[in-house]
Amino acid sequence: MAQPASGKTVLYCDVCSLPPEYCEFSALRKKCEQWLMETHPREHERLYGDQAIAQKMAMTTLSEDKEAKEAAKMEKAEQKNEARIARNQEKKMSSKVLIKRIERNKRKSVTSVYGLQVFGIDLKSTAKMLANHFACGGSVAKNPQGQDEIVVQGDFSHEILELLVAKFPAVPRENIEFAADEKKKKKEQ
Amino acid sequence: MFKKFNLQESISGQNPVKASVVRGIRSKLLEQFPALEPHIDDILPKKANLVQIKCKDRIVLFAINNEILFFQHFDDPITPTLCLLHRYPDILPAVQVDRGAIKFVLSGANIMCPGLTSPGAKLPEQSIPQETIVAVMAEGKENALAIGITKLSTDEIKSVNKGIGVDLLQYLGDPLWKTNLD
Repeated sequence: MAQPASGKTVLYCDVCSLPPEYCEFSALRKKCEQWLMETHPREHERLYGDQAIAQKMAMTTLSEDKEAKEAAKMEKAEQKNEARIARNQEKKMSSKVLIKRIERNKRKSVTSVYGLQVFGIDLKSTAKMLANHFACGGSVAKNPQGQDEIVVQGDFSHEILELLVAKFPAVPRENIEFAADEKKKKKEQ
Repeated sequence: MFKKFNLQESISGQNPVKASVVRGIRSKLLEQFPALEPHIDDILPKKANLVQIKCKDRIVLFAINNEILFFQHFDDPITPTLCLLHRYPDILPAVQVDRGAIKFVLSGANIMCPGLTSPGAKLPEQSIPQETIVAVMAEGKENALAIGITKLSTDEIKSVNKGIGVDLLQYLGDPLWKTNLD
């Protein structure tokens, strides 16, 4: 079996998935540096320590002003990235997870959970987990708007709420909402 | 090549590969990359359960235990992935680019000849012919930056010094790098 440990073992930065020496090009440099300092202090010293910077200054083949320009560009890219991450966070906080109960027949209904992918939750495995938990059918389907939602056969709105809160601490309780959809869910022909 | 690559969307089939086919792949790899020989048993053991993943655009990925090891486009030679190259740095001949080019290579640009002939860049003394798979290293860095295929032999790159020198097949941080098979 080809183990990851065979051959040379390479350290990859957790933040940007590149080897730490390339972190400076990843627009996440500050976070990368922090991560490296916390987890691998020796590497950090090797790459960011004063010795390393002096070496780099001596070795670099780019002229001084070009280096400065490059550094400025990377700074801008980093700031843009951070702004983007902040915006995404805000979106996450304000987005809602909708739990709907839809009537299928006179006495049967299905529960649909919409909006979990914003929180980075894998829909397929969650659907399977819910179905297993309630001993019924569950899957990922596309709703009329074309987005994915988890559909569980049966009426479990409250139980699903409890489960989501328990299993996914990433989803705050205030973001989950109920809706009762009285429309008949059209099956895809 | 993997500039826009999404495993979820483009996967069209995943099959285990027969032992006879594995042997064929092994011999082709040894022919293509003679430096691979000492490591071939680590990478492709005899009883390998190699899985072949077919994707859109006639791209095939070869994986063992959910780790992508090689890829192939059409009938091009089977190429090791960058991850594999990091683990076994000497399986591919290397060229080096200078610091200014790193940024561009990291966004997938092909490497122009001047990037390979400027100070800070290194081309091997022995000439590498056209259409060879090479590892692209970077000035001042230990690990490979990308995998490419030479469009001109290194002698021509040194003399002509114009146009595309190396076509990039895979670079650090590209969608294939970020793909996780699970």
